[in-house]
Order: sequence, then structure tokens, then C-alpha cells
Amino acid sequence: MYAIYIYMHIVHREAGYFMLNLSRRRFLKISAATIAAAGAYESSLRVLARNEKTKETGIRTVPTFCNLCFWECGAIATVRDGKLWKIEGNPLDPLSNGRLCPRGTGGIGAQFDPDRLRTPLIRVSKRGEEKWKSVTWDEALNYIADKMQKIKTEYGPESFAAFIHGLGGRFFKHTLRAYGTNNIAAPSFAQCRGPRDVGFTLTYGEGVGSPERTDIENAQCIVLIGSHLGENMHNTQVQEFADAVGRGATVIVADPRFSVAASKAKYYLPVKAGTDLALLLAWMNVIVGEKLYDKEYIDKYGFGFEQFATEVQSFTPEWAYPETGIDPELIRATAREMARYRPATLIHPGRHTSWYGDDAQRSRAIAILNALLGSWGRKGGFYVPAEVDIPAYPVPPYPKSEKPLADNPGNKYPFADEVISTGIREATLTGKPYPIKGWLVYATNLIYSLPNQEETIRAIQNLDLFVVIDTIGSEIAGWADVVLPESVYLERYDELHTEAFRKPFVALRQPVVEAPNNQKPNWWIAKSLAEKLGLGAYYPWKDIEDYLATRLKLAGYSFDQLKKDGVIHGANTAIYYEDGAPIVFDTPSGKIEFYSVQLQKAGFDPVPRYTRPDPQPAGSYRLLYGRAPMHSFSRTQTNPLLADLEDKNSVWVNAKEAERLGLRSGDYIRLRNLDGELSNKIRVKATERIRPDCVYMTHGWGHTSKMLRSAFGKGASDSQLITRYKTDPLMGGTGMNVNFVTIETEA
Amino acid sequence: MNTLTELTVSRHNPLIDPSLHVWEWQIPVYLFLGGLVAGLMIIAGVRLIAVQPKKREALICCTIGPLLGLAFLSLGMFVLFLDLSHKLYVWRLYTTFQITSPMSWGSWILLLVYPALTANALAHLPEAIPALATRFPVIVRWSDFILSRTRLVVGIGIANVLVGVALGIYTGILLGSLGARPLWNSALLGPLFLFSGLSTAAALLHGILIFTASEEERPAFADFLLSSLSRLAQARPLDQKVAPVLAGADNSFLTIEFGLLVLLLIGLLTSTAVHQAAAGLLLTGPYAAVFWVFVISLGIVVPLLLQTLELQNRIRHTIAPSVLVIAGGLALRFILVYAGQQSHWFHALN
Amino acid sequence: MSHFAMVIDTRRCVGCYDCVVACKTENSVPEGFCRDWITEEVHGAFPTVQLEIRSERCNHCDNPPCVSCCPTGASHIHERGGIVLVTHDKCIGCKACIAACPYDARYVHPDGYVDKCTFCVHRVEKGLNPACVSVCPTHCMHFGDIDDPESEVSRLLQSRPHHTLMPEAGTEPRIFYLT
Repeated sequence: MYAIYIYMHIVHREAGYFMLNLSRRRFLKISAATIAAAGAYESSLRVLARNEKTKETGIRTVPTFCNLCFWECGAIATVRDGKLWKIEGNPLDPLSNGRLCPRGTGGIGAQFDPDRLRTPLIRVSKRGEEKWKSVTWDEALNYIADKMQKIKTEYGPESFAAFIHGLGGRFFKHTLRAYGTNNIAAPSFAQCRGPRDVGFTLTYGEGVGSPERTDIENAQCIVLIGSHLGENMHNTQVQEFADAVGRGATVIVADPRFSVAASKAKYYLPVKAGTDLALLLAWMNVIVGEKLYDKEYIDKYGFGFEQFATEVQSFTPEWAYPETGIDPELIRATAREMARYRPATLIHPGRHTSWYGDDAQRSRAIAILNALLGSWGRKGGFYVPAEVDIPAYPVPPYPKSEKPLADNPGNKYPFADEVISTGIREATLTGKPYPIKGWLVYATNLIYSLPNQEETIRAIQNLDLFVVIDTIGSEIAGWADVVLPESVYLERYDELHTEAFRKPFVALRQPVVEAPNNQKPNWWIAKSLAEKLGLGAYYPWKDIEDYLATRLKLAGYSFDQLKKDGVIHGANTAIYYEDGAPIVFDTPSGKIEFYSVQLQKAGFDPVPRYTRPDPQPAGSYRLLYGRAPMHSFSRTQTNPLLADLEDKNSVWVNAKEAERLGLRSGDYIRLRNLDGELSNKIRVKATERIRPDCVYMTHGWGHTSKMLRSAFGKGASDSQLITRYKTDPLMGGTGMNVNFVTIETEA
Repeated sequence: MNTLTELTVSRHNPLIDPSLHVWEWQIPVYLFLGGLVAGLMIIAGVRLIAVQPKKREALICCTIGPLLGLAFLSLGMFVLFLDLSHKLYVWRLYTTFQITSPMSWGSWILLLVYPALTANALAHLPEAIPALATRFPVIVRWSDFILSRTRLVVGIGIANVLVGVALGIYTGILLGSLGARPLWNSALLGPLFLFSGLSTAAALLHGILIFTASEEERPAFADFLLSSLSRLAQARPLDQKVAPVLAGADNSFLTIEFGLLVLLLIGLLTSTAVHQAAAGLLLTGPYAAVFWVFVISLGIVVPLLLQTLELQNRIRHTIAPSVLVIAGGLALRFILVYAGQQSHWFHALN
Repeated sequence: MSHFAMVIDTRRCVGCYDCVVACKTENSVPEGFCRDWITEEVHGAFPTVQLEIRSERCNHCDNPPCVSCCPTGASHIHERGGIVLVTHDKCIGCKACIAACPYDARYVHPDGYVDKCTFCVHRVEKGLNPACVSVCPTHCMHFGDIDDPESEVSRLLQSRPHHTLMPEAGTEPRIFYLT
């Protein structure tokens, strides 16, 4: 018999002294509660009612696309009497199929987020003290332009770097390239999907893209390695995953935590954290040893299969058992299950894959396993996506930079194919290969997205100029010299959305309501800054509508139709090899590389090899982190609609461990990592859904920025505890699941 | 299915979660006052029928009782009104009758209580409050009108008993009909609250008798318990006709109340897991201390003993048992309203 | 006569809360309150665990105790499809219905009246699905007439094992969970 943990009845324990507390409780009687709740409601209504000056009545709808995450689903916003009422999926949109995820549905909350930035701010005291003066846009942009010019004169334009996330950053990239720097990083590479894309590129010559080219819709067997679909709400994937589960597809989940996806699985493999590569090798060993692979496919498209086969011979399920903790027979059974459904077997590449420092090789193993099953380019595996081609607006060529990028001196990480954000940080810290004196950060909270917050803060001390552009006052904004408030997606036009997908499309973001204060859209900020920098020639267009209309016209599409429909479909193309999709492998061999000569030449394992993770210190737990379905990164905790769904995170502790420690669900604890970093207090979720040697929390909580009043101090931050990271030797990604914590029961 | 190990509910509505607490002090106070008024009515009614007075007498049960009843009823209804969250619409109670709703029944019963109690009080009002009669001679005429008609007197008595029984039972059924809360889900709550109401009413009247007795017979209020204990040896019966009757009646009511409470708990303990868990809230759970000390010991057993000793003339009549019974009756309502809201069907899932 | 019911496929549901937030925007549910919510039930011991995730709300019971206990008739069964509703200007806020509901599906609206899921009757009357059903990205929720044997909900109930919440409470709930 196990203890029963019932969240909702925790308060029972306090009920005993109700008699003593009567006088106090009297104040909590309904009328008081009603007044308080009514007050809160009215204040949110007041914010909503800001558009009342327009005296608009009735209902109108505006098609646009979402910005709550990088999926950017097509949506239709509804305005009632001049106020945002709701937002729903655009049925024309192939990404959402007319259905948004919870963040998208709650996206209108971003518009009346109480902690929105309202006006440009310039720092008036020490960095990080968050003391500001409000300034006009002119003052703020002049301040930035002057300092940027100074950096350019003293150090060269390359000494100004940027960290950018998402579609909204396109215009800033444009302005900065025109200014003369290519040191423009996105944490989404080294801290997220980079290892995966590099692993796949090394194997197939290209990555899986975003949205991923996974054909979950037609997969008959789906293998998830740590991917928690359903907790991450990558909309199209989750929709297709639910369909797959609904039609009875075999789901295999390997995860130290019994995720939501695991609950849908036929096979759940409670793999020891950090040993996924051993499991992958054992699977490949079985498939090769039992000749379950797609011989014809490999003969046709494969390179180095024989060497590969020899290499994996020793990695038997029995070898993997002590590493992974997974029963060899279960490894065999799941390998056979994968082979049974090939090529409609999808070993999901994941997205956030910077876990243990061996991530590019692990991703390469996933790529190879898919190749063994012949699923790349095949129905139920990975389709071949297509993109609507919209010509760029004609602008002058960017100035040529004389210096190499600052992030990867000496090509230390030879397979990094994007700028390494932590490399830029390193260059800023060390001044090598050359000093970095200015940062522009757009829509990414570096304090939360880069590992080791202290390094980030130290790097900031070396800057002459630090600009943050965002919609809310995130932690990184708190360290800035200048903070620029961007209007939210519901208030602005944006760059066109034309990601490669199974159905090519172009989508438009357009304003639904006006920005309530002095916020401006990214294109306006980037264009105005360029003009202040004397780079107006790079913005030959009058305004964004002119820009968009011109580009669409060049591609033969109508801006007016796009404004009306929100989405226009391109011509469908063949998406599977068997249907005539182009078969191109942009690898050195021109084939799928089971064995990689370029890796071998660079001194790496040509076929992935497993390295045992660092031993776990006794009495500690490995800190794992992940996503909550209703929040994006550390960017939505102040959205009142989404915060109402979940306003703080919990730390998952295995139920028996919790019992041993005398902890019950709802108790508050703190976590301390091996470097002595102590977390904010956090509720325990005592659960049978996690291995006893791990703890888990969702990312993005425990805010410390004074500007995020409504989320301040709620929950604990995984990022704070990620002081250690293991850098991927292939591409510079930062494995962040390598921190161990102890539990301090006195919160 | 394996053992349920976790149940997580994301709902977080004020007053509902983590466990129901929509009803605070107003409802137990209202239920207590309702029961008390019911008891006063029944005692008044029985007394009226028993005596069938032809002339005005200073009958405490039929004057002070009904007058207090009217006051407590009004207070109770005011307290109930305080609990309403949509107060401006309270009149909606009286534009309809919902046959399945105990609360609808109750709201109409409450309207019948006023004339019944008023008629009962009127019969002896000029004797009870002569000053009032002097000032409003019409009261004397009404009193005469009633007393001169025996059938009317008996009728008023019967009306008081019937409405009193209905009121008392209604206060229990109000909770008992709410099947969602296993602790409440027994029709026994009706008679339980009725007899608890009777015991508090008898105790109240008994207490008033003692309190208004001559000075030397009245123990100091502050140290009534000590004095009643220290004077065990020199105990002396209160020289009044009604006091022993009331004490005796109170003992009967308390005994029946105790029996009903035992039956209620037996019913719960022999029912489903959720009902057992509900009984556990009182017997061993978070409310056990209050239940055993305030409801059972001080509210029923101790006054029962004291009053028995009083009746045996082993100790003098004091207001101690009255105070204890009244406090116990109030504690019973509080504990049932609070613990009942916590009892829940979700317990069935373990 | 139609008889509305909701059929929710717990196999597909991932507990993403989209139904909850869609209800909040569609019905302007005040901050801090919810008409629907997510329940997670875990059985077993690691690693042999079963998890059922449910989107829960008012069950629009056929035998609704909240209606029978209402002293004013504010809580009532709507003529259209048996939807259980509260007429705001008849509600006195006595909260008996809240105590009567074994699902704790009701709450006191900040304006004083008792509020709860309406099955989005304003949408249903226009032939639309309730907001929660219409947004669900996993298509795990279905709404329709169980008196019509050809309806999607009827066919699902005929073909799939299902359960209701606390049937032992005798309320005859009209939200069915496919397992």
C-alpha cells in the first residue's frame, strides 16, 4: 500500500483548528472574498477596456498568426466592442488546422499582461539594479545609435553582437548585417535544437527543420526519446500524435520520467538519464544483427553501412542493460516492433536536445536508426517539405566583414553551422578573438536560456552598450542599458511566415488592436535604428505594408487576399520519395552516411559511441527540466490567462523517495546544486511518474525581475541551478541535464 | 486498475478548492438558531396544550419562550441573509415554491413561524410584560380573545408544535439532502437537529429560570461551574415547579440526541468507504478533538450528568448545564457544517 | 427531443489545458476562476504506471442535485437538450447547489450569482460546438445528441468502453470518458 497523495485535500491537515481560527476566518467570509475577486476582475477588465476610446461596437475578426512560440500557427482573433475577446485557429492554416494550443488560445492575455513594457527605458544606476528613466523613442534610438557608432569606430562593427529569437528578429538581423556584423546568435541553436540539426546534417546532409518534417500523421510506430509531446505543445505534432494514438499506432517512449506521452505508449522504457545513446546503439545492434533493416533502401542510399554494422556488433542489449537499466528483452522487443512497421516508423528527432554534451552524436544515432528503417523521405517517417518562395525585397548588399565570427575561434567546434550563443558570451568575457562591446537581445531571456547565469552577468559587465527589446521586462532586460518595448503580435505586422512544411503556405501577421502605450513593432524599431545609423538605404520601403505588398507582388500573391484570409497555400509538391520527391543528400558522399568520414577526419567517432555519464554523487538527484503545455520558455508567466492555468511550477520527486524524506505533495522545499546554488522554494509533487534518481521541474519559473511583478518569486528556476554544462565537442551545444541537486526540506 | 497513488485536480475556484468552504459561520449559527426556535415552539406548544389556560399566567415557556423565539428567528434569518452572495435577489425565494428544495420549504416554513409564535406569546403577553399591556391595551383584548376560546388555545398549541417540528427537521434535512457531502447524507440529521434544538431550547428556558431566581439562590455567573462543584454537599433543589420538568425534558432530549448521533455514525460507518471516511473526520480526523470535547463530553454527557444530579437533588440547579447544552448545540452545527463540507466522494477513489 | 452529452477520449487527451483557457476567453470567466479543469489520476508504481487525464466540468446530469435543491428555480434544466443552467437574476447566492454538486463544478461568480459550465449554450444554439470542444488540438472531445443513435457521440459510446464520474452518486452524468 502506498501513501495517497491528494493535492486538493492537503488543507485537511489544517482543518483541526477551525474553532480557534473562527475570528480570523470571519474576515475571509464570502463578501470579502467576493469584493477581492471582483476587484481583480475589474482591473483586468480595465486593461481590456483600454480601446474604449475607439468607441468601436460589434464583432469583427482578423486573421493573423500566433507568436506564443516558434510554431507560429495561423489564427483568427475576434474583437468585441473594440476589445480582444478570443483567438482561435485559422482553418485555412495547415499548421494549426484551425486549432491552437493552450498558449495560442490564451495568447490574447499577452495583450493585457500587467507587466508589459510600456515605454523606452534608459538605465540610471548600476547595471542590474533595474532603475530607469522613461525616455522617448527618439532619445532611446539616438542613445543606441551613438554608442553603436562609437563601437564601430573603436573596435569595428563585429564587436557588436546580437541574440535573437524568432521570426520577429528578422529586421534586427537585417539592420545589424547592414551595420556590418554577423555575430548574430540564437540560443535556439546551441541551447536547443542545434545538436539535433547537426547530427542529422552529418547523416542526411540537412536538418529536420522547424516545423520538423516528421510524418507522425502516417507513422505506425513512433519512438520518443525524452520528447514529451503533449507537454510541449508543438501544435501540428501534438495533433498528429493524438491521431496516431487514436488510431492505435505503437508508441515507444524512453524517458527517465513517465511523461504524458509515456502514458500513451505501448512500451515505456524508464531509461537511466544520460544513457540514451547506449539504448540507441543496442537497438541498432538488434536491427542489424537480426537483419531487420531496409536492405534495399540502404543499398540505394546508404554509405558506409558495412563499417557501421561492424562497429555496432558489440553493443548488444546485454551490454546496454547495466548502462540504461532497460531489460535486454524489452530492448529486443521494441527494436523488432520498430522494424515491423518500417518504413512507417518514426524515431522522433526531438527538438530541445542539448542534454548531456554527447547530443550531436546521440542525434546522429537517431538519424542512423531512422535510416536503418528507411524512414527518411518515406511515408510515416520524414517527409520532404516544400516552401513558398517569396523573393526578398531588393536592398543593397551587406558590407563584407573582414573578421571571422567571434563565437568559434579556431573552428574549435567544426560542425557548428550556426552562431554559438555561448561562444559569443565567451568572446565577450575574454575579449578573444576580439572584444565584443555591444549586445542587442531580442525576444530571448538570456538569463534563462543560457546555462550558468553568472557567466552571462559577468559578460554583460564588459559591454559598452546593452540593448534589450522585448514585450515584458524579463530578467535580461533588467541588466540592459536601454530597454525598448515591442508591441505584442496582436498589435503589429511582421515578416511573412513561409516555413517549409508538408503543405507550402505563406501566412500574414497583422494588427488586431492598437498597442495600448508607447510600444512599437520590431520592423519600426529596426528601421528607425537603421536610419539613425545612416543605413536608411537598406530600408527603401515606406512602411511595412509597402514592404509586404511588394514582396508578395514579386511572388505573384495578393496582399489584400492575404489580409483577408491570413494564409495562402502554395502548390503542393510530392513529399515522399516514392511519389517523386527529390532525393538529395548533401553529404560528402552524396549518400546517407552510416559511417562519417568527415567526422573521422576531424577526430570524432565516425559511428556514434557511447560514453558513460558522470557518476551521480550519493544523495543527489539529477535535475531534469521540461515544458508545461500552457507556458512558453520564461515568457508567459505574467500572461494573466496562462498564469491562471498554472502560476508556479512543482518539483517532481519519486513517491518513495519523498516518503523516505518525509515529503508530501504540496510541501515546499528548496534545491541546492553541487556549486551551492540554492533555488527559490518550490512545491513537491510526490509521484510515481519519475525515477528515484531524478527530479524534474518545468522551465521558466522563479522570476527575479522586478519588472515581472505578477510572476515574481513564484516557483523555482531550473536555469538558476544549471551552473554546469557539458559542451558538445562537435558543435558547441551546451548539455544542461548534467546538474545534480540535493533537497533541502526547510523551505 | 492498480492502487490510485495520485489525484491531481487543477481546479482552483475560491470557496471550492482545495476543499469546499462555501459556508462559514453564518450557516451553523442559522441552523443553531433555527433549531433553538423550533425547540422553543414545540415546548411552548406542548405547554399550551398541556395547561390549556383559561386565565393569564406568567408561563415562561409560553411568553419568554415565544418572544425569544421571534427574536432568534429574526436574528437567524438576518444571519442567513448575510450568507447570501446575491442579496438583492433574496425576494426570489417568495415568488416560487420548489417542491424538491428543502430551502424553499424552509423559507415558507419560516414565514409560518412568525404568526404561530406571535399567537402563542400573545396569550400571556399582558402578564409577562405588564408595561406593554398598559401602553397598548389592544394586547389585552387579543389575549382575552385567545384565552376565552379553548379550541383556539389548543389550535395555537398544535400549530406551534407542528411548525416547530417542521422547522427543526428542516434545518437538518437542509444538509441531509445534499448527497454530495457524505457526512450529511442522512435523513437522521432531521430528527438529530430537531432534538438538539429541543435540548437547547429546554436548556435555555431552564437557564433563564435559574438566572431569574432570587438573588441568594443564583450562583455567580462567572464561577458557576466551580460553585456547582463545591456546593455538591449542600445541594438544594430549586424551588420552582417548572425547572425540574425542563431539566427532565432536557435530559430526555439530550438522550435522544445522543442516540440519534450514535445512529448517524453507525449509519456512516457501516456504509461505503466515502461515508466511513466522512465519519472518520469526526471520530478520529481533524474534527475529533472538537467533536469529543465540545459536542459529546461538554455538550451532552456532562450536562446530562449534572441535570440528573439536580433532579436527584444531589446538587442545586445551576445554569452550568444550560450553558453547556447551548454551547454543545452550537458546536454540533459548526462541526457538521465544516466537516460536512470537507467530506467528499473523491475519497472513494482510494 | 435532443439530449446533449460530451464524450471525451482519455486516450487522446494530453491534458494541455486548451479547453480550460478557451472556456475562459469564450465566456469571460473571471480571473482566478474556472468552469472546466484538468484532473490527472495515477495508478500503479514506477515504472508500471497508468495515467488517466480528464477534462472535467459540470456533468449536466440527468438527475441534477443542484437543480432539485435550488430554492428559487434559478438552477434549471434547459428545454434544449437537457443543459443544466443558472438564471443569474433568480439566483440568491445561497450556495446550496454548490454543496449539492458532487463534482464541485460550481462557484460563486464575483458578481454574486452561482456560475458554471453552460455547455456554451449560446454557441450550441447556433449549431456550434462548445468552445472547449472546438479548440481541442487532440480532437479528444466530442459533443452531440445521445438521443440520436447516428450522432458521433452515440456511435462512440456504442463502440468504445467508457465511464462517467462518480456514477454511484446517482446523478446520471452526461459527460462520458472513453478509455
